[in-house]
Amino acid sequence: MGRKRDILGAGLLLLLIWQISAVYLQNMALPQPWQVLQDLLVKTIDGSLLDDIAISAARALLGILLALLTAVPLGLAVGAEPTLRRSISPFIYLLYPIPHVVLLPLIIILFGIGNFSKIFLIALIVFFQILVTTRDAARNIHRNYFYSMQTLGATRLQVYRHVILPASLPKILTAMRISIGTSVAILFFAESFATTQGLGYIIMDSWGRADYVALYTGISCMAMLGFFLYLLLDVLEKKLCRWSNAG
Amino acid sequence: MISVDSVHLSFNRDGCIEKVLDNICFSVAQQSSCAIIGPSGCGKTSLLFLLAGLLQQDAGEVRISSSSRCGTILQNYGLFPWKTVAQNIGLGLVLQKKEKRIIDRRTDALLEDMGLSGFGSHYPIELSGGMQQRVALARALAVDPKILLMDEPLSSLDALTRERLQNLILEIQQLKKITMVLVTHSIEEAVFLGRKIIVLSERPARVLHTFDNTGVGSPRYRQSENFFHLCTEVRTILGVDENGKEA
Repeated sequence: MGRKRDILGAGLLLLLIWQISAVYLQNMALPQPWQVLQDLLVKTIDGSLLDDIAISAARALLGILLALLTAVPLGLAVGAEPTLRRSISPFIYLLYPIPHVVLLPLIIILFGIGNFSKIFLIALIVFFQILVTTRDAARNIHRNYFYSMQTLGATRLQVYRHVILPASLPKILTAMRISIGTSVAILFFAESFATTQGLGYIIMDSWGRADYVALYTGISCMAMLGFFLYLLLDVLEKKLCRWSNAG
Repeated sequence: MISVDSVHLSFNRDGCIEKVLDNICFSVAQQSSCAIIGPSGCGKTSLLFLLAGLLQQDAGEVRISSSSRCGTILQNYGLFPWKTVAQNIGLGLVLQKKEKRIIDRRTDALLEDMGLSGFGSHYPIELSGGMQQRVALARALAVDPKILLMDEPLSSLDALTRERLQNLILEIQQLKKITMVLVTHSIEEAVFLGRKIIVLSERPARVLHTFDNTGVGSPRYRQSENFFHLCTEVRTILGVDENGKEA
């Protein structure tokens, strides 16, 4: 309960700073919070904003999901199998630091200008964050856990199921936390081309039209989308990692 | 029946060959018990790992009568923190793909036997050290072993809990007619639990002396004169009094 109160307090404090800055600056580029709130309410009631929120949320979620489904199994295997680690790790070192956003033209050529390209771009960037964290988590599991499994007569697949995956799960969820921030930030870029829907488009479009209230409506929605995804992850973490919070 | 015949073991540390076990010979009769004692780092854990099949000797032979199921308790880290007490206990049976109904019944019975009723859904971290050791014991017993291998099972416990658990182990060993091998650095524990006591030298470990401990088998043995005599003899062989070395 204390945590909920803290978040509410932080939100109110940010609103206050925003309000003071807006009054102090007296500039179009920073409208006052109540103007944005009004715009937000009007657009929510007439329904024009909901589609954009929904499509942005779907793109971010599917991007993370796609990354998760590929990066976690690969990361666990690369971390836990020394031979695989030696052969795959150099590629990770070389490919990880590339700003994957610049691959957008290639992605468009391969997958067209539809939704999948946007989802793929998010997945590609988040993939490496999850891959590296998962690999390191799987590599640093204490060997006594493996000995214990061996004395119980486990197969390699059972070791993955009962030790490697659960032991790495807290770190994987931390990686997802970082990925949520990244994916929402990438939305802005991914939705700035070949689409007229999504929060990224709203921000780009209102910026172009110098409609700053609408711009901040878009920004606020993005912040709330990110926040909502964090809450979702918290629920997931409580369910999956009760053991690491217990005691 | 367990027999270890002229076993040699060495580790390769960065190209440097380090001899760990030097010509170890001993045997343990069926349904009997054996305590292995020696200075810290002498190689007693490696010896137990050989018996558990976690290591392979360089030369010599380790024979364990065929079709003997083996239960093993390793030092620390044996329990999986991400599994509940009940899941930890039932793990060996889950790995053998036993029916859920059978696993549940066996787990419940063991929880009761070990005085852990009501703690099945707790996580190991929520239990005291003594209770955790009882969970480890229950997990090893779940597969109904004919041989029980233990590496310093009680080393991190306070004196009172330790003696209680020693009594429990003794009772179980006699009741279930288990052949038991126990590695310990505690002289009292070795004398209380080992029908045969094998004293190892510093690394590389050689057998310094083998004691036939006929008095073993009753909780009252701890108060007897023979017990103290034997403790003193073991202490002398280990050279604790002379050079002040920690056992």
